[in-house]
Amino acid sequence: MSSSSVLYDAPGPRAKVRNRIYTVVGSLAVLGLIAFTIYRMNVKGQLEPEVWNIFNNAGVRTNIRDGVLTTLQVFAVAGALSLVLGLLLAVARLSDHKAVSRCATGFIELFRAVPLLITIYALWVLFLTYKENLGVVGENSGFWALVIGLTVYNGCVQAEVLRAGVNAVPRGQVEAAYALGMRKTQVMTMLQLPQAVRAMLPTVISQLVVTLKDTSLGYVILYPELLYAARQMANNIIVNGENPITAVVIVVGVIYIAMCLALSWLASWIERRGRRARKGIAVAAAAEPVVELAEADQTLSTPKDGSA
Amino acid sequence: MNVLLDYLPEFREGFIGTVLLTLASGLLAMVLGVIIAGFRVSPVPPLRLFGTAWVTLFRNTPLTLLFLIVWFVLPVIFFPGLNPWMKALITLGCYTSAFVCEAVRSGITTVPLGQAEAARSIGMTFSQTLRLIILPQATRTVLPPLSSIFIALTKNSAIAGAFSVAELFSVQKLLSDKGYTIGWIFLWVALGYLVITFSISGLFRLLERRMGVAR
Repeated sequence: MSSSSVLYDAPGPRAKVRNRIYTVVGSLAVLGLIAFTIYRMNVKGQLEPEVWNIFNNAGVRTNIRDGVLTTLQVFAVAGALSLVLGLLLAVARLSDHKAVSRCATGFIELFRAVPLLITIYALWVLFLTYKENLGVVGENSGFWALVIGLTVYNGCVQAEVLRAGVNAVPRGQVEAAYALGMRKTQVMTMLQLPQAVRAMLPTVISQLVVTLKDTSLGYVILYPELLYAARQMANNIIVNGENPITAVVIVVGVIYIAMCLALSWLASWIERRGRRARKGIAVAAAAEPVVELAEADQTLSTPKDGSA
Repeated sequence: MNVLLDYLPEFREGFIGTVLLTLASGLLAMVLGVIIAGFRVSPVPPLRLFGTAWVTLFRNTPLTLLFLIVWFVLPVIFFPGLNPWMKALITLGCYTSAFVCEAVRSGITTVPLGQAEAARSIGMTFSQTLRLIILPQATRTVLPPLSSIFIALTKNSAIAGAFSVAELFSVQKLLSDKGYTIGWIFLWVALGYLVITFSISGLFRLLERRMGVAR
């Protein structure tokens, strides 16, 4: 707030009156919008006690809980795997061997440019086609399609984030390490990666928020995560002659927003802590891309670039 | 290979559908995003609150959930009878506007303090300062993040295909339902998206070169 208040003066008497009028009008407009929404919901019978009573049903609550658990399960596996893949791809892309680094670059560019939904869907169809030959994967094709799709896409993004972190480590430190006689592997694992991870932690967590949101793509491949489970449930219940989709969607939406906000809050907490410590490379500075970084990695400038 | 040649009309229609949807919802997101950014820096508290709520809500909701809301809840409560394309436009536009808003707002903070002070000292009002002094300068810094926002928007439009809007994902779905090898379909559809995203980043690089200033 303080940064933007430079756009207007401390208000004088007339501006104060005007601002007060705007405040009243603005509040009325916002309140009016809310009131109108509630009125329309009431007219359409979405506020009837029967509709909201469904959440007192143990079965409904179990359904939602199971949905949350499946979503968290997919998120945990995909999140962990994407971090591992991201680390590997980042190291591969920074490799001195031309072939390795080119392969990694191609992989990253391809899967970052293709919509995640398309990757997931293609994997799903692939797994369904070769169901018999895949063993464990074949039996849970929905789960693995979702997890592998999320891993590949988010792994590529995490790789770029980590690469930017590695590049942000001051050149002198790397030279000093070589001067001490460290090998390239040692420089990477003992000097560059720890600093990159530390500097990029807020961005990495922001990308995990995106991963969490993207688990809802399971809806499209009929995998019973929270969204699909909720939709199925709403379709099976009939209250006052119609499906309580509105009520279910509101509850599910609140759950999603709460989960994402919790993760975002963690990211900003870490960022604040990192700023206070002021050791090594600056946390915030590394998250703001320098020109060459911005060109190399476009997602960096907006950590939560809203891919799905 | 045959998949592309046999179903060229479908692929073409899907490609055009993706491009059109991206363009239209990108435009809507720009307009909404700049307005909401204006709200967020304005001197009127309820508008600031509204802007913050808008951004928080849209940034933390999965896009699939938003699509679900616009498809099945919005028609019940507000306006029935929207066609799928309009619904997709609204969903993608509102979702992306939250990211545009944050990009514009961070662009506003990069304009040197003195510029706003100078504008105020010659008697400009808040809206004049914003319109004539701050936003034109902020545009330059905002270009790189906007480019990645539009690339993300292109990719997000795939979800509209899952909700039966004709675009590239729906082509993939249609053809794999017909039993074609998923590998080839994936490759062609991916190529379609690559063409669009590379055009966007190329266009923005051009814009940056023309509008960029050293500061």
